[in-house]
Amino acid sequence: MSARQTFATAGRVMSQLRHDPRTLALLFLIPPILITILKYVFQGEKSTFDHIAPLLLGIFPMIMMFLITSIVTLRERTSGTLDRLMTMPIAKLDFILGYAIAFSLLGFLQAVVTGFVMLGLLHVTVLGGAVSTIVGAVFASFLGTSLGLFISAFAKSEFQAVQFMPAFLFPQILTCGLFIARSQMAKPLQWFADIMPLTYSVDAMKRVTMNSTWTSLLTRDLIIVGAFGIAALILGSATIRRQE
Amino acid sequence: METAVKIKNLTIVLGGRFKALKNVSIDLPAGKMVGVIGPSGAGKTTLIRGIVGRLHINSGTIAVFNQPAGSPQLRQQMSYMTQELSVYPDLTVTENLRYFAIMTRQPRKQIKATVLKVLEAVDMTDKASNLVSSLSGGEKQRVSLAIALIGSPKLLVLDEPTVGLDPVLRENLWELFAHLADQGHSLIITSHSMDEAERCDDLVLIRNGRIIAHSSPLELRQRTGTQTVEQSFLKLVGAKI
Repeated sequence: MSARQTFATAGRVMSQLRHDPRTLALLFLIPPILITILKYVFQGEKSTFDHIAPLLLGIFPMIMMFLITSIVTLRERTSGTLDRLMTMPIAKLDFILGYAIAFSLLGFLQAVVTGFVMLGLLHVTVLGGAVSTIVGAVFASFLGTSLGLFISAFAKSEFQAVQFMPAFLFPQILTCGLFIARSQMAKPLQWFADIMPLTYSVDAMKRVTMNSTWTSLLTRDLIIVGAFGIAALILGSATIRRQE
Repeated sequence: METAVKIKNLTIVLGGRFKALKNVSIDLPAGKMVGVIGPSGAGKTTLIRGIVGRLHINSGTIAVFNQPAGSPQLRQQMSYMTQELSVYPDLTVTENLRYFAIMTRQPRKQIKATVLKVLEAVDMTDKASNLVSSLSGGEKQRVSLAIALIGSPKLLVLDEPTVGLDPVLRENLWELFAHLADQGHSLIITSHSMDEAERCDDLVLIRNGRIIAHSSPLELRQRTGTQTVEQSFLKLVGAKI
């Protein structure tokens, strides 16, 4: 393991994005725009909007980071660059961590921008305050990043990678308690939701919305989200093979 | 003569079915330009990927400088230029080179000098700050080669380094390869261009996963009684059909 190589990889990924301003613009504009649209969808029901908007901040970053990382690492696998790197003295985990750092940083910036729009411009009431909101969103984007890194190993083409998003994330979005309280769902779906990471990411945001103080349950949810993320990173580095 | 690569009874099966190399045994000399030639699908890339340690070996052995292929210690002694471009199109030429210099663990203080040196070697100094995606095919190819030159490794394994380049550039690169060999570097270069093969010190002819000849171009021509390597190859192939 080498911190120098990890950070060089993170820096390299950031530079690649820096040269791609359109992707960066999309990354920072889409979530605020969607949340703004939602505000006017729920024009007559401000309390519903206040309830849902923060939850979306636990979901959007995850979806976007999942998509971007799975495509970008797939490209790395198919373009020959990973092939070349695997003949060089770099640890696989350094490579994966470099990606995780770069995209978590990006997720942080995205959360700050979206959080600002949500709390500052759209005046959503979040009892837990701005800092907890952003912390929750950063965990969500870290989770999306690491799941994307892991899942990309199972995609042979961009077509497949893009479809992993609905295949892998939508069931979680449907059952995470966004649409209806989980206790009202069929039992098997409750069991499913209990073992899926997005559930805890959304729960964390719920707690931020409803409690003015940092609760131990919030800590627990974030630890679970973080643990899923770390596990996905380790599995992700295991899917990279030195020898094929 | 010192050997760079020692291969014994090597069989490599790709995708669980296709026998890409069949019981190959060969010693490749150090400090020389070794050309691996043969038609597409003959097993050239498989041989090369075996040498750089990227493939699972089904049976037999590959030793590079007396260590099993793929050993971590070897990663600092050799470089591999893949057939795909294997450069980041959305980075500049310098950003690519700097990144790979760190990945090959070049000392921090020497990175700048190393980058300048390899840029010069492939004649890309004036395009150093261009994005790779904006370069022509041949230029991208040269950036990819420049990465393989970083840190002047003992063994350079180059998969089709001159494909798609114009004749002048090809000439320059072959001079560069010869120069590297003179300095004591070992080079293994695949090509399906037989006239390029004439320039190698040592030639390995592959067909259908088997080695059909291994000698210097001169010996090869003499033995087959032909004027060019291409004719020798055709004669050998004809004899074996």
